[in-house]
Amino acid sequence: MPHISIKNIYFSYENKKKTVLNGINLDIARGEIVTLLGPNGCGKSTLIKLMLGLLRPEKGDVCIDGIDISCLDSKTISRTIAYVPQIHRSYFPYSVLDIVLMGRIPYKTFFYRYTKEDMSIANDAMERLSIVHLAERPYTELSGGERQLTIVARAITQGAKTLIMDEPATGLDYGNQLRLLEEMIRLSQEGYTFIKSTHSPEHALWIADRAVMIKNGTIMADGRCDLIINSENMFELYNAKVKVMWVNDAFQICVPRVVSNFSQADEIIDRKKAFVMKGDSRDSYNNIVVSNPVVEPPYGKDKIKL
Amino acid sequence: MKQKWSIPILSLILMVTASFSLMLGKYPLAPSDITEFFTHKIFGIGVMDLQRYSLLESLLMDIRLPRIVAAVLIGASLSVSGAAFQAMFINPLVSPGLLGVLSGASFGAALSMVFSKNWVMVQVCTFVFGFIAVLIAVGIARIYKGNTILLLVLGGVISSAFFTSLLSIVKYIADPYNQLPAIVQWLMGGLSMVDRKILLIAGIPQIVSIALVILFSGYLNVLSMGDEQAKTLGIQVQRIRMFLVFLATVMSSLTVVTAGMIGWVGLIIPHIARMLVGPDNKMLIPVSALIGAIYLVVVDDASRILFNVEIPIGITTSLIGIPFFTVMLKKAKRGWG
Repeated sequence: MPHISIKNIYFSYENKKKTVLNGINLDIARGEIVTLLGPNGCGKSTLIKLMLGLLRPEKGDVCIDGIDISCLDSKTISRTIAYVPQIHRSYFPYSVLDIVLMGRIPYKTFFYRYTKEDMSIANDAMERLSIVHLAERPYTELSGGERQLTIVARAITQGAKTLIMDEPATGLDYGNQLRLLEEMIRLSQEGYTFIKSTHSPEHALWIADRAVMIKNGTIMADGRCDLIINSENMFELYNAKVKVMWVNDAFQICVPRVVSNFSQADEIIDRKKAFVMKGDSRDSYNNIVVSNPVVEPPYGKDKIKL
Repeated sequence: MKQKWSIPILSLILMVTASFSLMLGKYPLAPSDITEFFTHKIFGIGVMDLQRYSLLESLLMDIRLPRIVAAVLIGASLSVSGAAFQAMFINPLVSPGLLGVLSGASFGAALSMVFSKNWVMVQVCTFVFGFIAVLIAVGIARIYKGNTILLLVLGGVISSAFFTSLLSIVKYIADPYNQLPAIVQWLMGGLSMVDRKILLIAGIPQIVSIALVILFSGYLNVLSMGDEQAKTLGIQVQRIRMFLVFLATVMSSLTVVTAGMIGWVGLIIPHIARMLVGPDNKMLIPVSALIGAIYLVVVDDASRILFNVEIPIGITTSLIGIPFFTVMLKKAKRGWG
């Protein structure tokens, strides 16, 4: 049985005539890392909110482990699925520990108090993400990356094995993006499921075993990243011209061919060709074999140290 | 201050301030007078001259004690509802009047002062219109789908503006020799009208509401993370927020019933409390209640003894609040610590 199963979902916001989702079908197994790709307004965020039970579909069902999400109460859902929003700004300087401890709320009734057990669960989660040293720091003074790790720690404290993330890396600097991805890979090896939306196909290529491309509220492509993230699909999805290349047959990178204007793109390619020819006459731009890879995949033998 | 100790220490300060306030007034009393009176009244110990006893009785039991208790309750109510609003609307600049409760209550009071001579009627009207104003704000937010917090704030702005205009109409048609001065003075706020009956009627719901907000204060932390996060943590966001709005409305409109408009307390006290014990609402709400109570008792003392005439307490709280708030803005840069 799939862990999360989305059956023929239709959705439109009340104040808009346009339907946002037109018959989405998606099955997600435990332990998968699924990346949702798609242009702005394609319905990624809406799909995420439906999976979290924040919105109810017009037609169709969302099932968690075979049970319709509308039959589950919000506490049960939150023990199974946790939400990691886009980097978020708090106005109140709660300590990191305060925020991580909020993950215990689905286990509490009214007038709750945190117990020693809650404390140790929260502490374990912080240890796993190596943010224990931040425990007493105010959340408002953290960097974006530290904030996202705090929210991930809260998700783990929640006991949820599935994390749904809406553009978790947007707004993070390059190093923090990588660090967040690295933590996701590590957790997925421990059996955590990740469903995340992103705007960078690289994030999918680096870590996701599966990508789902959404366009105009329907699934355009669904499958292994290395198979479906290619120039044709990227053009169809984003109207962007890119070249997806293998590096050392080990991993792929996505290189933009600078957009919209053919002559401009060709010009750039010509320039690069000329440059390559000048440097060493090994190969044309289109068939470059990068012998010394400039990037290591984060799951490679030597993890990127940041 | 150590967090653990802040509640006992503040309670102690409140008790000392309140007892000290019993001595202050046009007719100053010595501590011995007060202890003598209370030991006689409660335990029947000691002999007192009947005339002196009845003087002390009316001074302490009819005037000063109700007034001090009212100040404690109003200060606590305004601060607690301010702190709760700031957390649930995720905005440290929010005050208890956000959803129009104070404008509605003022209009209700003014209206009934013009059309009825009955003081009970005035009190009922004040309370009811405070509620109506909040219902209008919530109703406006319900009509539209979207960002609930933003819509509630806008609904509050609309409702406040509406009742402020209605208040102007009432002031305009009021008799300018008797009614208008009464309305204006009452809107400035003051504790001189407090008696034991109103204290009993308003005080019990206030105490219950404060206690309930304190019990729910852990949820305020989650609400202040935003609706989506709160919902995905398994919280019934709408229901809890509406319940807390209800409690805050009960508290704040009752403060208008007992003492008219008292501004700035609900905005400033939560900030002071946050500086002392941090943003965790489980600590913040009870500490706000205590600091608000102490603050209003002290300010009330000041406004009745500093000058020959009693200054309306609403004016005093604004005069203290505004410069304090200006200084506090400096902290705004550092995440409202």
